Amino acid sequence: MLKVEANWIDLRYLDALSTQSTFIHHLNPCAKLITTLSFIIAVTSFSKYEITGLFPFFLFPVILFSLGNLPTAPILKRLLVVAPFILFIGIFNPLFDHTPIMKIGSVVITGGWVSFFSITIRLCLTITTALILVATTGIDAIGAALLKIGVPRIIVIQLLFMYRYLHVLVEEFIRTITAYSLRSFHGEGVQFRAWGSLLGQLLIRSIDRANRIYQSMLCRGFDGEVRLRRTSTLTSTDIGYLACWLIFFLLIRFFNVPELLGKLLVGVN
Amino acid sequence: MSHHIVELKDITYTYPDQTEALRGLSVRITHGESVAIVGANGSGKTTLLSHLIGVLFPTSGSINIGGYPVTKTTLPHVRRAVGMVFQNSDDQLFMPTVYDDVAFGPLNLGLPPEEVDARVTAALTTVGALHLKDRTPYRLSGGQKRSVAIASVLAMDPCILVMDEPTAGLDPFSRRQLINLLKTFEHTKIIATHDLDLVVDLCARTVVLSEGTIIADGPTLDIFSNEELLNKAHLEKPFRMQGCPICQRQD
Repeated sequence: MLKVEANWIDLRYLDALSTQSTFIHHLNPCAKLITTLSFIIAVTSFSKYEITGLFPFFLFPVILFSLGNLPTAPILKRLLVVAPFILFIGIFNPLFDHTPIMKIGSVVITGGWVSFFSITIRLCLTITTALILVATTGIDAIGAALLKIGVPRIIVIQLLFMYRYLHVLVEEFIRTITAYSLRSFHGEGVQFRAWGSLLGQLLIRSIDRANRIYQSMLCRGFDGEVRLRRTSTLTSTDIGYLACWLIFFLLIRFFNVPELLGKLLVGVN
Repeated sequence: MSHHIVELKDITYTYPDQTEALRGLSVRITHGESVAIVGANGSGKTTLLSHLIGVLFPTSGSINIGGYPVTKTTLPHVRRAVGMVFQNSDDQLFMPTVYDDVAFGPLNLGLPPEEVDARVTAALTTVGALHLKDRTPYRLSGGQKRSVAIASVLAMDPCILVMDEPTAGLDPFSRRQLINLLKTFEHTKIIATHDLDLVVDLCARTVVLSEGTIIADGPTLDIFSNEELLNKAHLEKPFRMQGCPICQRQD
């Protein structure tokens, strides 16, 4: 129970970060969204055995952490929350892919291990930058930016509603679990038999709440379309920011900078 | 201004599970009146309010609001005339920021952006919450949420304000602020509540519900002086009308 509450506080913390006032926070949400999306596309477009080519991409989150005045620990902690999923995505690669890729001493490194590390690095990079986007932009601005770049309204509205009521639902969940644990003496955790009715209760309460929200929307003239405020226009700073990163991403995507640097330093062609 | 009359004639409502929530209820509320709806838990207060905004339709009987009979086709008119403040502000504040939430209604009315902005600013200023406009609703305190919920209704410029338990969950200071705010409104007010001291402050007229029907309707002070009636409706005198048991203690 405490664990849920702790993560919950973290969630609010990310929102609090987005209200800061730094260079990054003042940029147009569209510019930030497109930069992040291009970053994610560039990182995921590498071949499955690529590792060295990914390293220059770490510069992007590192610079954003610094310019956006973001504390690293809370964001990396959130990365740890999804770490098990990251591991599970690539964990079977070493079992199935035995293609030898390189040899360090007498140890043969198989393609499976290389692709596993590659996947892990990529997921860490993309998830961190997505978290940074939320921490520097705020969900409402991201929603408006998504609309602007042509994401269907219904998807954006779903996203915003989900984020808005995530808090209410988690609070309800915590209350339910607290009420349960106060009257259960089996020790830690919720008994498997109780889960059914607990989740059922939550489902029914969510449906009731959804109904009430829908009614309150109808009372204010809801006609099937949610109208959001327009975002500010792109300034030359935004375009400059966007252009610089796009050029940088293209550069490090098509030229393996660590390899080139290595060759330059060792002097081998 | 006779067109802001609320009139319910012989309303009956039975829930799908056969619970009879309203039984032959008739009431007429004229423009500018401030009416309290009081009664025990389950006496039909919320069901009655749901009829005023067209969320529920009576099984039999008729409702007329601002000259329109409440039917599915007149709902847009009815909902423009009636502003409903829900009991739980979280149900009412669903947009990402306070500004967006208050702008939701005016935007749905199809108003031009400048007009929307003017209305939002005016509504937030009225409830003293303009400084909250860029905040997210879930981070607000209970009192702030209630203020913003009222602003979101005011921005629609309704003639009739309907409130379900407006002071529930508020601390005494926020409650007093809310009462003072509501005192300044000239709308027709219909307030369902258990907070009888609020009724003494705000409403000249009180309607007492019991088991889905009206057992009394009259001047607030007369009703609260009738102990027999209050007992029947599971109510008790507002605290300020009771003798102070501590000051009057004889020992």
